[in-house]
Amino acid sequence: MTATEGTILTSADLAGNGVHGNDPDVHGKFGRFGGRYVPEALIPALDEVAAEYEKAKTDLGFLREFDHLLRTYAGRPTTLTEVQRFAEHAGGARILLKREDLTHTGAHKINNVLGQALLTKRLGKRRVIAETGAGQHGVATATAAALMGLECVIYMGAVDCERQALNVARMKLLGATVVPVTNGSQTLKDAINEAFRDWVTNVDHTHYLFGTVAGPHPFPEIVRDFARIIGVEARRQVLELTGALPDAVCAAVGGGSNAIGVFHAFIEDEGVRLYGYEAGGRGAGTGEHALTLTEGSVGVLHGARTYVLQDEEGQTIESHSISAGLDYPGVGPEHAWLKDTGRATYEGVTDEEAMEAFALLARTEGIIPAIESSHALAGALRLGRELGPDAVILVNLSGRGDKDMGTAMKYFNL
Amino acid sequence: MTTLHAVFDKARAEDRAALVGYLPAGFPTKDGAVAAATAMVEAGCDVIEIGLPYSDPLMDGPTIQDAVHRSLTNGTRIADVLRTVEGVAKSGAATLVMTYWNPIDRYGAERFARDLASAGGVGTITPDLTPEESEPWLAASKEAGIDTVFLVAPSSPDERIARVAACCTGFVYAASLMGVTGARETVGSAAEGLVKRTKANTPLPVCVGLGVGNGAQAAEVAAYADGVIVGSAFIRRLLDAPDEKSGLVAVRELASELARGVRR
Repeated sequence: MTATEGTILTSADLAGNGVHGNDPDVHGKFGRFGGRYVPEALIPALDEVAAEYEKAKTDLGFLREFDHLLRTYAGRPTTLTEVQRFAEHAGGARILLKREDLTHTGAHKINNVLGQALLTKRLGKRRVIAETGAGQHGVATATAAALMGLECVIYMGAVDCERQALNVARMKLLGATVVPVTNGSQTLKDAINEAFRDWVTNVDHTHYLFGTVAGPHPFPEIVRDFARIIGVEARRQVLELTGALPDAVCAAVGGGSNAIGVFHAFIEDEGVRLYGYEAGGRGAGTGEHALTLTEGSVGVLHGARTYVLQDEEGQTIESHSISAGLDYPGVGPEHAWLKDTGRATYEGVTDEEAMEAFALLARTEGIIPAIESSHALAGALRLGRELGPDAVILVNLSGRGDKDMGTAMKYFNL
Repeated sequence: MTTLHAVFDKARAEDRAALVGYLPAGFPTKDGAVAAATAMVEAGCDVIEIGLPYSDPLMDGPTIQDAVHRSLTNGTRIADVLRTVEGVAKSGAATLVMTYWNPIDRYGAERFARDLASAGGVGTITPDLTPEESEPWLAASKEAGIDTVFLVAPSSPDERIARVAACCTGFVYAASLMGVTGARETVGSAAEGLVKRTKANTPLPVCVGLGVGNGAQAAEVAAYADGVIVGSAFIRRLLDAPDEKSGLVAVRELASELARGVRR
């Protein structure tokens, strides 16, 4: 079978089969979460994106084009790797990695970006803007923009630009304009603010290619659907390899797109436990973390009701994580809902635990993971010891660690 | 306490538009904000919007962001915002709070509405609260007897304008252009059409904000709108002043110029 043949992505692969009750209502609400808290000026644009996506997701032409790009450009399906030597440190449980690090551009972000870039063309817009934290979404967006001939502007916190200088250079090489954001905490949340300001000004010809399952409706739904392929493939692969569904699925959670991407196809599988690992930074109680779901409270940030790190007067509290991609004081509303319904469990993983897992995977398996993904790996080590040697744990290895070598050099004195 | 209703009645009787000035609480200082807003009222502002400083002001341009950042750095809290309202209301202007939704959400809608009313505030402007999410706030405001103001934009279709206007009680805030707050060289050309479309959908006064910064622009907008809203230009005067005293002089000058504009 060549890369261009095989099963074409179905509408159900993209958006699920609609019977699990996990789709938002007409106002974009997942239970009490989600919705739209945005300037009225943006409502028509959000309506337009939502309407176009509704048409696209059942349009065979669109599905075929998306599928073709995923196969021939992004490198899907990504493989599943069993990591036995790594798993010895997890009490002997079987650990299977979904290798999103092997996609083009090196992280799962490419899935959403290709989908939304196609949507941008359907909308008849010629310019895309995006926020980025670690730079992975920025690189992916710049990549898709180059591929499709779209003008591209990326907003990135000045602190993140420094932490992820390599990705800034990649974006520039790909033809994007990178705007360092110097206000506020100079990280992802401020980049999002700045991208919204651009969007409200240029909305007639610009699509905001949102990078995670947060933000106002319909972004949480659209980004989830374009990331959903991760879990759809992984579910089939685990079944094929082990003859059964996994006992647990682990993913790192910042905004939450890779986690929703791998979780979503398993939501109806009641026996499969879903674990999201947030960035614990220097630890709960230190005030230096990104434990939005585990330590935050319900509020509104970036256009949606969700869990937020905020003070008692609703001011956003700056988050901290060694991983730029998880350094965000909000989280996607669907995760907030999965937490409240108890369908998924969220825990923190500290910088230190994540960096240990980062080094352990490198040494035991020859795979250098992104520090973001290392939070999920650390979670899997903990979970494996809890669940015992018979457990099968699927981990979304959401990206590769090349971009993190600067941080690693400093951390490990390499 | 002067109500919005009284303000617009008076302006109409004088055959002019009302002048609305914006300033964030806690900027340039906690007391400085009250002094500046009072100077604005003395020089001709009919309505004052006191901004509630918020960490993520995503529809504000650099000038207001800067002022808000300074205010938060000064340690401004909601109690200070309410005290500012109380101070400014004494000047005789109808005093509103302009705020993103999350601080009210966190403080508690009923509690905020009640405390604002007690401080002499007459209502709120909530730029990121959509009609779909507005129910708790409309109920709390009604209960406390304060007005609600929401925004329409040039991109708003007529049915959306009707929906937004139905949530408003004081006036409807028409954003003159697609963009963030901040003075511009010209007022958006879409403003007049938007005011016309809004007036076709509501009997409420319609005020125009975003991009208005001088007397000529105020006069231009006053020709078709019930009120002219100016924010960033006042803040700019305060930011550029070498000290608070000269800042007050500059703010007073601008308010006088704008007040003449809305009477042309």
